Amino acid sequence: MKTLQLAWVELKLFLREPLTVVFSLALPLIILFVLGGVFGNEPSGPGEELIYRGVGPMSYYVPAYLALVVASVSVISIPTHLAGNRERGVLKRFHASSIGAWEVAAAELAVAFVLSLASGILLLIAANLVYDFQPADSMLAVFGVFAVLVVGFASFGIFLGAVLPTARAAQAVGMLVWFVMLFLGGAGPPPEVLTDVMRQVADFTPLWHAVLITQEAWLGLDAGLSWLVFGAITIVSAVLALRFFRWE
Amino acid sequence: MTLVVEAQHLQKRYGDFVAVEDVSFSVAEGEIFGILGPNGAGKTTTVECLQGLRKSDGGELAVLGLDPRSESEELRRQIGSQLQESALPDRLKVWEAIKLFSSRNPGGPPWEHVLEQWNLAEKRDASFGSLSGGQQQRLFVALAVANAPKLVFLDEMTTGLDPMSRRVTWDLIRQIREMGTTVVLVTHFMDEAENLCDRIAVIDHKRVVAIDTVDGLIEAHAGDARVTFSTDLPDLSFLEALEEVAGLDRNGRRVTVTGHGALLARVAVALDSHGETPVDMDVKRASLEDVFLNITGGNVT
Repeated sequence: MKTLQLAWVELKLFLREPLTVVFSLALPLIILFVLGGVFGNEPSGPGEELIYRGVGPMSYYVPAYLALVVASVSVISIPTHLAGNRERGVLKRFHASSIGAWEVAAAELAVAFVLSLASGILLLIAANLVYDFQPADSMLAVFGVFAVLVVGFASFGIFLGAVLPTARAAQAVGMLVWFVMLFLGGAGPPPEVLTDVMRQVADFTPLWHAVLITQEAWLGLDAGLSWLVFGAITIVSAVLALRFFRWE
Repeated sequence: MTLVVEAQHLQKRYGDFVAVEDVSFSVAEGEIFGILGPNGAGKTTTVECLQGLRKSDGGELAVLGLDPRSESEELRRQIGSQLQESALPDRLKVWEAIKLFSSRNPGGPPWEHVLEQWNLAEKRDASFGSLSGGQQQRLFVALAVANAPKLVFLDEMTTGLDPMSRRVTWDLIRQIREMGTTVVLVTHFMDEAENLCDRIAVIDHKRVVAIDTVDGLIEAHAGDARVTFSTDLPDLSFLEALEEVAGLDRNGRRVTVTGHGALLARVAVALDSHGETPVDMDVKRASLEDVFLNITGGNVT
């Protein structure tokens, strides 16, 4: 109950920051429409060089952007919010009133889930209105993957918020990580056009693995070791987040 | 008399830096206990150790019978606190803050009651960021007592407030005490300590240098009171003969008598019996400020 109360308050606070909300909800949509406008949805034909894993660009991007919206909320908003609360003494105030680190983390996770879900639904509705793309093999499986992504990215975001000292630092690092993931992690240029070095960097970004496991559920394409890697990123982030969490 | 706080030789270090060297005092149930000292003396570190927000490195501590080092979770549930340099999210509304904090201790009053009690009902939908400094302090006081604690720690409550808001905050602090709650008040304002506190520990250079009531401290450390008046009497040796008088200085008609105890009354009576009733008679009693300057060597920062 108590945990839910903090989560509810945090969610309301988040919604009262209109810029953050617009940013997390609108940015992935804008990029999706730009890419859709540029690339259309024609899959590469036989004999042509394989691109977008052999499906149409929009069939590739829609599941990829489900992963991206989760990353946007968790990697940009959560670290900035957490570090800002620490900087201003809000966390210290919580701590003095016997609010635990688990509770703070759980509240962030709940906020991440609700916002990601809202953002994801918005994305699917918009994409459905405008584009013709391959439907999901199983929406239920996609939703399951989506929930896993929220836990993973939220842990990663809470970890960033735990180690970065100020809101400014958290925002800068969050944006940097997000843009690197956007361009190299399979949500920007198709993975086939990246150089080898870029592909190697991509292997270290959570988004690349998140895109692969979402596309596995959506398109039925094999995700390889990505489940394992994403699981490892989740666990390491969660452990480090709780280990390095500071109240002030 | 029940002791709610007992600190014996509290010590706290950060690496080589000593934040608190040796602090001992005890606080009895129902009193307003002041911790007074210049900035950087170790006041905040002391109370944060007592609240279990920091771990002390040495000494014995007991707060409400609990050890702040090992039972900090349980302790924080039972105490209330107002921290220096803490804040709430700007967009958090007053009622949301009170509801959130009052839910921490099941024994506390309903949050609506807290809202009424601290005159915040009309501000219930205002966001924290829109409150004035005085209103924010009122909210912090309400939050500190929202879980019906037996003991509250208030750290630098009135720093940055205008004189009017300070007075109002003092009334709030007295109100907490009237509820039967013990108050530990950290301050660097003399007048605040003098007006509010039953007893005061003066901390300087990370140690307790004096503990007593305000009057006790003044008696022991403040030195002499000074009585000034004008007179045409040529011979004032009868004043010097008084037991309370320590010194007499004359500059034309202007006379300054220094001494202790009931100096003013004795001097006035003696003058009157010699047919002199000066209209400009004035006394400057020693204040807590003199105590403070005397025992800390005047290094107020």
